Amino acid sequence: MNDVALRVETLATEFVGDETTVRVVDGVSFDLVAGTTLGVVGESGCGKSVTALSIMGLLPRPAGRVVQGRILLNGVDLLQLPIDAMRKIRGRRISMIFQEPMTALNPVQRIGMQLMEVMRLHEDVGDAAALRRRAVELLTEVGIPAPELRLDEYPHQLSGGMRQRVLIAIALACRPDVLIADEPTTALDVTIQAQVLELIERLRQQRGMSVIFITHDLGVIAEIADQVAVMYAGRIVEMAPVEELFQRPLHPYTRGLLASMPQLQQQPKSRLPTIPGMVPSLSALPAGCRFSNRCAHATALCATEPALEQSSSDHRVACHHWKTLP
Amino acid sequence: MSAPLLEVRGLTKHFPVRGGVLMRRVGSVHAVDDVSFSVNRGETLGLVGESGCGKSTVGKTLLRLLEPSAGSIFFEGTDITHLAGTQLRALRREIQIVFQDPFESLNARHSVGRILEEPFIVHRLGTAAERRRWVAELLDRVGLSSDAAQRYPHEFSGGQRQRIGIARAIALRPKLIVCDEAVSALDVSIQSQVLNLLLTLQAEMNLALIFIAHDLAVVKHMSDDVAVMYLGQIVERASARQIYQRPRHPYTRALLSAIPIADPVNRDARRRSRIVLQGDVPSPLVPPGGCRFHPRCAHARPDCATRTPVLEAVVDDFGADVRAPSNGAVACHYWREIAAGYNSLS
Repeated sequence: MNDVALRVETLATEFVGDETTVRVVDGVSFDLVAGTTLGVVGESGCGKSVTALSIMGLLPRPAGRVVQGRILLNGVDLLQLPIDAMRKIRGRRISMIFQEPMTALNPVQRIGMQLMEVMRLHEDVGDAAALRRRAVELLTEVGIPAPELRLDEYPHQLSGGMRQRVLIAIALACRPDVLIADEPTTALDVTIQAQVLELIERLRQQRGMSVIFITHDLGVIAEIADQVAVMYAGRIVEMAPVEELFQRPLHPYTRGLLASMPQLQQQPKSRLPTIPGMVPSLSALPAGCRFSNRCAHATALCATEPALEQSSSDHRVACHHWKTLP
Repeated sequence: MSAPLLEVRGLTKHFPVRGGVLMRRVGSVHAVDDVSFSVNRGETLGLVGESGCGKSTVGKTLLRLLEPSAGSIFFEGTDITHLAGTQLRALRREIQIVFQDPFESLNARHSVGRILEEPFIVHRLGTAAERRRWVAELLDRVGLSSDAAQRYPHEFSGGQRQRIGIARAIALRPKLIVCDEAVSALDVSIQSQVLNLLLTLQAEMNLALIFIAHDLAVVKHMSDDVAVMYLGQIVERASARQIYQRPRHPYTRALLSAIPIADPVNRDARRRSRIVLQGDVPSPLVPPGGCRFHPRCAHARPDCATRTPVLEAVVDDFGADVRAPSNGAVACHYWREIAAGYNSLS
């Protein structure tokens, strides 16, 4: 059996608004196998980022709170940890990188300060000179040219791709076991995206890290993930190894997503298959299967909630009709 | 062959950079430098490139939302580069634009009906009753129900707002629409709906499109011809099929090989053959001398830093199969040798 780096069990997260409370993540469970990349894919509002923030203990307070479930890191439930214990885990054991590196970096602090601050907080790296040496090493590792000079620069002096590399360096400063990457390449150009994906993959291999990679882009998933979880309206609707998912997608939503992507080998200007309608608002979800109001295969049965069931040893799907779909 | 609908020759746009106490001009951003292309009626030209390559500036200049610094723009054979006043207003019936963020481009305080009626009012068309009927027809055409007219932009989702943006763009039956990252902010399932809508409208109205996007798969799907831009210049121009199957410029190759492909089975092979460009796009304030791509080009030779390549006309390998050969061109001193090298590999 493979080692599990992180286990999420029936996680539910709610946001309290002025009038209503919405459940943004509803019963999400998965295992992150040590040393692998789990891709989490879904459209806006599916709960993929909130899942990540719940794991990190970084939900916006007081509106967001985890109301159910366990998040197990080496058998310890992170949700039960006191705040200062969790603070020690963040950065040292689990780190996160975000979509927009400019907002995640402090604009008025030099790159080096921000990097060394994290290292000082979590590790005993010795005197200032040793700290700076480590910082230079890290920037070199993430592929930043002239790292000694970069340390003394401010975030605005770097390009988007360079800023994302700095964030990755900060996230990796304390050699975490788990890296959560939330749309880290979405704001980047395609050639820079390729560089950053390659970097994350290389670091995962070299450090034996486990990665949760969140994205809306199935192409990126195909490039980087080992396992894939497809989320829709707060739930995982399908989970499988990446090759299995792309070759034998079972859930109508996964199939719809894959089909609606324009592909390079497709006949140009042909009509793309679409998923009718739009993602329902979390405060007005259809009863039962949340995809039922957009699904061509929905029947009366779909008014009851489908469980995420095993379709084969490594493939799970939450659809009443997966066996009989064409 | 009939004359192109739009023809752009040597289009250039420099933005002044001011500095010092007196805010004197200290330099200029070479946003667009000597760009030429044409678009046929009812066809789509895709404009691709990374951020800062000037593709959006080209789009805005065509509508004269920005004044070109040099070059000329011909629309239906007429030089529109310096039109003003009534003539410029008349031109804007013919050329429209759809932006990336539909929310920012729709007046939040106006109902959708009012937003869609505005083009008719500006151009003094129709009576109030006629305009109401036209608005209803527009909504129907873009797949929105007629009660949308009474509602406000914030009541709509991103995809629906983009439909409203498209309805406004087609209101005056233009001949050309510039789509500037029009689907980039939309979710995949919604994006395909909007792309289909654009294709349908194009066929029904014989619309020409200039499709500006950073998603190369989307551009391929929508385009007849594609122009690849790098640092303000077109480095390659050809039929979509040529660009995607037999790219000639090293930058086009690198751009294509960086696209994530929804095919996990062959990803290791892809990784090995991927051309990962080093470094970032240089500053358009001081573009590199010679070929602007040379500092990042794996095939660069010493003279690439000094000799500026010109766009050389090339014959399309596929053009004749499907349609009239497009006016392909490539700006690289060594594209023949580079292409030969790749062909011998494969």
